[in-house]
Amino acid sequence: MKHTISVLVTNEFGVLSRISGLFSGRGYNIESLCVAETADPMISRMTIVSVGEKRIIEQILKQLNKLVNVVKVHDLTGEEYLKRELALIKVNATVDNRTEILSIVEIFRAKVVDVGIKSYTVEITGDEGKIEAMIELLRPFGIKEMARTGRIAMGKTTKTK
Amino acid sequence: MKQKKDDKKNKELTGAEIFLESLVKEGVDTVFGYPGGVVLPIYDALYNYKKLRHILVRHEQGGVHMADGYARATGKPGVSLVTSGPGATNTVTGLATAYMDSIPIVVFTGQVPTGLIGNDAFQEADIVGITRPCTKHNYLVKDIKDLARIIKEAFYIATTGRPGPVLVDLPKDVLTATHKFHYPAKASIPSYQPTYKGHPGQIKRAMDLIVNAKRPVIYAGGGAVNSNASKELTAFAKKLKIPVTTTLMGLGAFPGTDPLFMGMLGMHGTYTANMAITNTDCLIAIGSRFDDRVTGQVEKFASNAKIVHIDIDPTSISKNVEVDVPIVGDVSEVLKDMIKAIPAKTKQKGREKVIKEWLSEVTTWERTHSLKCDQPKDARIRPQYVVDRLYKLTKGEAIISTEVGQNQMWAAQYYKFDKPRTFLTSGGLGTMGYGLPAAIGAQVAFPKKTVIDIAGDGSIQMNIQELATAVDEKLPVKIAILNNRFLGMVRQWQELFFDKRYSHTCLGKKPDFVKIADAYGGVGLRASKPAEVDKIIKEALKINDRPVIMDFVVDPKEGVYPMVPAGQPLNKMLLV
Ligand SMILES: Cc1ncc(C[n+]2csc(CCOP(=O)(O)OP(=O)(O)O)c2C)c(N)n1
Repeated sequence: MKHTISVLVTNEFGVLSRISGLFSGRGYNIESLCVAETADPMISRMTIVSVGEKRIIEQILKQLNKLVNVVKVHDLTGEEYLKRELALIKVNATVDNRTEILSIVEIFRAKVVDVGIKSYTVEITGDEGKIEAMIELLRPFGIKEMARTGRIAMGKTTKTK
Repeated sequence: MKQKKDDKKNKELTGAEIFLESLVKEGVDTVFGYPGGVVLPIYDALYNYKKLRHILVRHEQGGVHMADGYARATGKPGVSLVTSGPGATNTVTGLATAYMDSIPIVVFTGQVPTGLIGNDAFQEADIVGITRPCTKHNYLVKDIKDLARIIKEAFYIATTGRPGPVLVDLPKDVLTATHKFHYPAKASIPSYQPTYKGHPGQIKRAMDLIVNAKRPVIYAGGGAVNSNASKELTAFAKKLKIPVTTTLMGLGAFPGTDPLFMGMLGMHGTYTANMAITNTDCLIAIGSRFDDRVTGQVEKFASNAKIVHIDIDPTSISKNVEVDVPIVGDVSEVLKDMIKAIPAKTKQKGREKVIKEWLSEVTTWERTHSLKCDQPKDARIRPQYVVDRLYKLTKGEAIISTEVGQNQMWAAQYYKFDKPRTFLTSGGLGTMGYGLPAAIGAQVAFPKKTVIDIAGDGSIQMNIQELATAVDEKLPVKIAILNNRFLGMVRQWQELFFDKRYSHTCLGKKPDFVKIADAYGGVGLRASKPAEVDKIIKEALKINDRPVIMDFVVDPKEGVYPMVPAGQPLNKMLLV
């Protein structure tokens, strides 16, 4: 099963390699890993998407917790949380199909962020399902290049009664 | 006068001086080191420095194993200092050895100046990157302002929670810069908070299982030694009359001569211990981690038992074997709470009879399958006999280190350890070449005690250069080579599982270890016949100012038994 794990780490030199080294050294899966500073510049948040059976995921959580630089580990899976990904997609655009591409972009509430003589670059955010649907629709035009951020996530605010 | 004092107070120290003063503040008395270019500022500061003993080793790997042996024997952190590049890379095996066995050591490596890092400078190695997976934590000091704090943290991390090695990388410019010296009284690392107290609810659940068990067994590991829990472990087992087995790493945590002790379990465990594990209905794992050399086929390990597992490291729990009652905490703390929770005798109705039956079953196994160390007079020397004689002639009071292979297993089987921290062996990594430097480390800490490295003729050659260190320091370590002219343990596997095709395991009769000892300035003795065994041991035990090699020419055909072939269940033992 796919798990989204949010990890707060102290913003120190070498932390990323400690985390990625833990995964590679122990043979755990990483589907994606995103990292950037939080509101506190001393702390970074990593969002890791990993796949594994319950026992393995439990080990991953414990092993992460054990690292000296890790402040907090939270498995968001199974609770309500926000997940987002951003993708930049450079797609072939000719005079004949530009309108068609633009309408797809509109349906997905994406944006064209760069226009070339033979291409559009589209920016889209959303969950993976949405991004993949968009990619499938753009594929027939010819995708020249693509960059995806991988998932970032955050628990939803609990509703006060 | 007062003016002068204040001046001294405000005086800036170099990084090298801060390093030494920090060690002193930390209570370090000995550093096992080897110099080189970038650590010259430290070596210069060490010149005529009286507050620390520096021991010049002959290979950095040896230095780290010495720090490790010192730490295992004393419970205090061991310290090693080396130069950058090759000096640093030579520490890797020592760090990995300490990491696998959770031993608190702090290794300081020199590094090229910060401005050159990443430039492939002369003798540059990314040692922090290289050792990340084999240290508990590591640091690169980039600014002299952080130096004292990082040293404080390094010792704190190495010695608390589940102990382990920490490496601190010291660039040359940090060692030559100057700064005021202030050593923090405490390390504060918010993201590092080990759990010591066991959860009361879990302790209660565990005790309910344990008192109601019909065939309980305690399986204790290195964690019981590391947390200094022998007293509690012994009291707990005796109060409840529960038979005890330990892992290789746990030997000495429970008295080896106590009637409740069943010997070691696992691949070369005793028949009794392995049968008890197979038949138990309640296994109490204490500071042990269900290593594959211990469990054999994991599905069949204590498969009829409810399992209680006490460990300070949450990652050890339910890693290989699903347990019923996990208790995260320091073994000695948890055992104290468990002892308090033992119900009064009157409330243990019927237990006495049930336990008596169980113990008599255990005794029967013991009687029918005890380990044998007899020595036929006209036969070749049996290595088991040598270990038994070492045990008897030292009255069980020596500190024993081992190399790796058959020598290690025979030492574990035939020497009886009544006290913790008297058996030093590389369990997790199985590092050949560990024993001699570890013995030196222990002898430095306990100059008056008998320290013996039980060795194989293969392993001893992996760090034999440290004989020079022992001679320099007048350390009377004893080396008992069970010389079978083979890489014996590998040979045994070839005999059993590879059709006796002895591929590249015969070492032959070289070198002449008596001459080697002599060449280094130690003493060399040889026994080729059973009658000579006692004679050379007695002679060796008299020597107190230099190392001694006892070269026992033993029967190369001897194997280590019982043996559970890898991946088999524990009750499927090959007996002699
Ligand atoms: C550094 C290292 N290399 C290889 C091994 C694999 N190994 C395990 S036991 C052994 C043989 C040890 O031979 P020896 O020291 O003569 O001891 P014996 O088994 O004969 O007592 C070897 C090669 C190891 N454990 N460590």
